[in-house]
Amino acid sequence: MAHHSEEPQITVLPPDKEKIKKLWRVALIMAIVTGIEFIFAFTLEAGHLKTSIFVALTIVKAGYIVGEFMHLRHEVKVLYYSILIPMVFVVWFLVAMIYEGLSILGAK
Amino acid sequence: MNVSYGKLMMWFFLLSDAFTFSGLLITYGLVRSANPAYDPASGPFTFSTEYWPIPEKVFEAVPFFHGVPLPLVFVGLMTFILIMSSVTMVLAVEAGHRMDRKAVEKWMLWTIVGGFAFLSCQAWEWTHFIVGTDVPTIQNTFGNKVEIFGANLTHNQYGPPAFADFFFFITGFHGFHVFSGVMLNFLVYFRTVQGLYDRRGSYEMIEKVGLYWHFVDLVWVFVFTFFYLV
Repeated sequence: MAHHSEEPQITVLPPDKEKIKKLWRVALIMAIVTGIEFIFAFTLEAGHLKTSIFVALTIVKAGYIVGEFMHLRHEVKVLYYSILIPMVFVVWFLVAMIYEGLSILGAK
Repeated sequence: MNVSYGKLMMWFFLLSDAFTFSGLLITYGLVRSANPAYDPASGPFTFSTEYWPIPEKVFEAVPFFHGVPLPLVFVGLMTFILIMSSVTMVLAVEAGHRMDRKAVEKWMLWTIVGGFAFLSCQAWEWTHFIVGTDVPTIQNTFGNKVEIFGANLTHNQYGPPAFADFFFFITGFHGFHVFSGVMLNFLVYFRTVQGLYDRRGSYEMIEKVGLYWHFVDLVWVFVFTFFYLV
């Protein structure tokens, strides 16, 4: 009687060299951006300019993580926007609360 | 729609989790902007409970370099570890797409190692933060001079009590996420080794847990900027 196996046949595909190279490139960009953040951390005076640069670079890094590593940029548009649009609430909340905080400091 | 149910639900969970972390970080911003900042005109920076500290002056300790001020070096290392474990996670997902069990096992193991390395660094950092530096901060309370070493939820040598509270809550909540992530990573690694995903004919579970793991990295990017850099 022929041996009947429950194990399915698995076809292993070879590594996608192009895709892997792209992933390492994203990692390199993130390392460089973090390096730039370190340079600014030690050379710039604390103030609005420094804070703005850090926020901008953080958004760049976040964009790469969410867009490439989490693959959101390549997902269907409905998913893309249903994740991105609610972030408006976070921006509003941030602006409102910092404004509130400065008012509390002014009232002290 | 071309997104599986599991992935879609993971995305919505992560969106809600992003709101939770935003709440914590924005409250930090509120309390920080409501407290006086250190004025460079008043002389060189020293720790005081009167104003918010400069973060890079607080986080400048590195293991085996006692007393050597190395601002942000250790958090830089932690950031590097977490980003690298994110890279190994994408490589595991990529291997999963190809049904390459051996490669998935290899990259998942590296991701788990990265997660444990990060948690160990955090344990050291917390210990240092709680124990404090060699020189105490003198707090003047109604004419009584009190020496403060390290930090707890009511007093800390670095700045106003809220500073340490936020440190414990924000990095603690993030560290808890890293810990859960390591557990999930281990679970999917274990099931990969057992051959479950081969039998199922899909490695999508690696992808879903991968989404969570990248999110943990994403949150750290924000914590790093708003807690350690700004």
